[in-house]
Amino acid sequence: MAEAKPKPKDVLDQLNYQPPRADWMDTPVEIRKGMYCYASNPKSVATLGLPNARPWNPTDEDWKLPENWQQIIHEGFKERLERFRSFKVFMDICVRCGACADKCHYFIGTGDPKNMPVLRAELLRSVYRNDFSRMGKILGKLNGARPMSVNVLKEWWYYLFQCSECRRCSLFCPYGIDTAEITIMGRELLNLLGLNIDWIATPVSNCYMNGNHLGIQPHAFKDMLDFFVDDIEEKTGVRVKPKYMKKGADILFITPSGDVFADPGTYTAMGYMMLFHYLEEKYGLDITWSTYASEGGNFGFFTSHETMKRLNSKMYAEAKRLKVKWILGGECGHMWRVINQYMDTMNGPADFLDVPVNPITGTRFEQARSNKMVHITEFTADLIRNGKLDLTPSRNDYMKVTYHDSCNPARGMGLFEEPRYVIQNVCNHFYEMPPNTIREQTFCCGSGSGLNAGENMELRLAGGLPRGNAVKHVQDSYGVNMLATICAIDRAVLPTLVDYWAPGVQVTGVHEMVANALNLSGQNERSTNLRGEEIEDLKAQSEGNADE
Amino acid sequence: MNRKYMFAFIAVLVLFLIAWIGASIGLQWLFGVAVPYLAVLIFVVGFTRKVLGWSRSAVPFAIPTTGGQAKSFDWIQDAKLDNPSSKFGVFMRMVLEVFAFRSLFRNTRMKLKEGKLFYQLEIFLWVGALAFHYAFLTVVLRHMRFFLEPVPWCLQMLETVDSFFRIEIIYPQFQFGLPAVYLSGIVLLAAVVYLAVRRIVIPSVRYISLASDYFPLILIFGIAFTGIMMRYVAKIDINAAKQLTLGLVTLHPTVPDGIGAIFYIHLFFVCTLLAYFPFSKLMHLGGIFLSPTRNMLGNTRAYRHVNPWNYPVHVHSYDEYEEEFREKMVEAGLPVDKPLEAAAETAAGKE
Amino acid sequence: MNDKKWIITGLVVFLIIVLFPFWYNRGKAVPPPEIKLTDKAKAAKECVLSKEYMKAEHMQILDLWREVVVREGQRIYTNPKGKSFVMSLSNTCLDCHSNKADFCDKCHNYASVRPYCWDCHIEPPKEKS
Repeated sequence: MAEAKPKPKDVLDQLNYQPPRADWMDTPVEIRKGMYCYASNPKSVATLGLPNARPWNPTDEDWKLPENWQQIIHEGFKERLERFRSFKVFMDICVRCGACADKCHYFIGTGDPKNMPVLRAELLRSVYRNDFSRMGKILGKLNGARPMSVNVLKEWWYYLFQCSECRRCSLFCPYGIDTAEITIMGRELLNLLGLNIDWIATPVSNCYMNGNHLGIQPHAFKDMLDFFVDDIEEKTGVRVKPKYMKKGADILFITPSGDVFADPGTYTAMGYMMLFHYLEEKYGLDITWSTYASEGGNFGFFTSHETMKRLNSKMYAEAKRLKVKWILGGECGHMWRVINQYMDTMNGPADFLDVPVNPITGTRFEQARSNKMVHITEFTADLIRNGKLDLTPSRNDYMKVTYHDSCNPARGMGLFEEPRYVIQNVCNHFYEMPPNTIREQTFCCGSGSGLNAGENMELRLAGGLPRGNAVKHVQDSYGVNMLATICAIDRAVLPTLVDYWAPGVQVTGVHEMVANALNLSGQNERSTNLRGEEIEDLKAQSEGNADE
Repeated sequence: MNRKYMFAFIAVLVLFLIAWIGASIGLQWLFGVAVPYLAVLIFVVGFTRKVLGWSRSAVPFAIPTTGGQAKSFDWIQDAKLDNPSSKFGVFMRMVLEVFAFRSLFRNTRMKLKEGKLFYQLEIFLWVGALAFHYAFLTVVLRHMRFFLEPVPWCLQMLETVDSFFRIEIIYPQFQFGLPAVYLSGIVLLAAVVYLAVRRIVIPSVRYISLASDYFPLILIFGIAFTGIMMRYVAKIDINAAKQLTLGLVTLHPTVPDGIGAIFYIHLFFVCTLLAYFPFSKLMHLGGIFLSPTRNMLGNTRAYRHVNPWNYPVHVHSYDEYEEEFREKMVEAGLPVDKPLEAAAETAAGKE
Repeated sequence: MNDKKWIITGLVVFLIIVLFPFWYNRGKAVPPPEIKLTDKAKAAKECVLSKEYMKAEHMQILDLWREVVVREGQRIYTNPKGKSFVMSLSNTCLDCHSNKADFCDKCHNYASVRPYCWDCHIEPPKEKS
């Protein structure tokens, strides 16, 4: 961390997309500092009962693999080919047209040819051809096949943890080949040998035992929210009363724990609490938090399907125990991919819950009628649409806002309009980034899928280049000073990123903006925002910037 | 010099020599009858086995790539094609994917200029791919005239349309353009050259290309080239050729005399392509239909997808959690299922 | 899995299309057309050029004749053997090959070729014999 980061301009000048002369198979992997994450802590691996828990170091020659590791990989590969048609078809049909090559933010940011989605997939495909196709076996390297070896394994590990499973390549692939799917399978295989990264393994183990990635214990979780209660009172003059594990509440609320822990996500958490307080005071809506299911995110998704299911199970289990009507989910990225595309299949059917209905507006959330889980921007958009919120958007006038679509709600769900509708109703200055960088073509923050560690900062900054570049563009063109997102990882990592690529821009959750604009009964003059900054000062500052 | 495309080129050259020598030393039966039957058999069996192999793999989760707004409120316009919530939407998404290469149409090219990233529409790959596939389809359909007797009117129509542009060059020394020039053949040749050149010239695409990417391109070039040669330059006895091909599909194989060696080379190339097909990336023809990111419904929260191999997993239950933290929870004022005393009693009872 | 039936249906449809020529002809042997020569043609032994050349390239020579006659006004063609012919489809070619249906059409139909000769030319009316 202490090392000085290279200047953005130098990074850009050094970027080179010319691949080396030597064939990629003849280029051995070099595990480079700044690009990789530390190895999984054996304690965390053991907690989950996952295989081969032992201390190891990626830069060591010896990775302490089980003796029959090649057989484990081969059989694991075979099993996954049978269980996942996606995997099998994607192994077979790529024509290497190269359409995906320059769509990956890690390739754009690093120029490393093995970060082209097609080549990332070829790392596995080459072994697939050798192990599972006769043609590959006969023709060998000519047909792009190679046997599994320790070097290949290291290459897998290095590059599968340089993919954030954002699915941008899948959008452009003429066959819909999804590198996220291939990375997921590859990481599952690596986990069979105990080759996870600690930034994933330990949060998963924490979440499994304590209910959230950070391992916050129940009393401490409550303490943290109580701290927000004080904070909110200080800034608004209103004391909110969050509820915990209230049986028979209307709604169970689950959000990523990152938002109760780190700025600026904390302000978004305060935003939720203020919104719920408003709804309870005015309409008697009963929303409860849980410390057992206190994690919306699911780093199990970045480990294996099974681990994803084990962590995700708490959501329905807790909703069932508390006998709520349905579940409301906070702003999070991969959490919503899991909820939208996996949860109902894995841990459903949720027949003990009601089809979500907003009791205030009467809106039936038909889109969630089976899995019974509603996204908070859908919920808030519906409230705003029906005029149920008392909002003063001008309190956000100092902000010139742009919106970063998070990969998973974008390409794994299709949530585009609701957050925009909410943003445009709580602030007056909204500017979109260029069309090739938003909505379904959105770029990852560069730190998704469990890669938001500190030790791989070089990778994160490189992967964040396309996003940073787009933010810089709207900053230069419109004076944008606020980047809104609906993802906790975004809120955790984008401040560093925009500081680097577009200094002067801040990061906010959408519900922080909602709370800033929301009028609570009995509130003070609200001269500051939730961050405690004087709004008039900020306004003057922002106008001063615009005049320049 | 790239070993990969040289290898593919040499492979095609070897195939050429095999067929040429074979035809010259009187192995017409082998190259005109045995090899074609074998190739068709390998194609049909191989293709079927591959697709059945895919079908045996499960589709445990609904994982469409959502390329547009999901269906949510009635006041929000949903993307009916890119995030389909109806089977018709999925059908249309697939139709456009298969027939218009819609995802490829999105293609952009990234450029870094003076510290700024630009994404320009990059349409050439899409145009080249469409031209290639449709020209190939037309060529294949046109060739049905060699396998059908009488030739159906719709094929005659296709031939008329394909030869719509009259290109005739007439000098006493050099003549070209009769029989009528088929556009599809020229387009196929041009497209295959474009796709091959693109693979060789664009550094990143060259880097990812395998010998098995060059081989079909060069082979198809060979097919198109020999076909065009046969039609316009080194003309063969077309009726004898049809007698052979028709004999194959009517199961009365005959090998008439006097068909030039170039015909056998052409035929051998085609047979190689057919036999190679099921074991190669060319299976994208079948695979595209089974791609779960394209052929699934986007309304995954509204309808439950069933995983055929869903199995129970170890979870950390609330009871276990409360057991661990009960005292701290009670102290912090958090509700618990079992009050402290009751829990102590149970614990005592167990002992 | 309920999609298996769709996959198999699709596969069967694909195979039916691919194997179309096999079932379209239903295994019936189709004899190739035989060229019938008129007595006059037989007697002439050789056409303007060799038989092999004419078989493959007759369309080109007709095209060249048309060019030379229409654009350059020449009407006489002399072959390498020194024999001269009037360049005329109706009067020279069809003089020997007066059996258009048997000589031209049969093969053209078999090969699905539709020459545009007859867009302008008409077959000379047969003298009733």
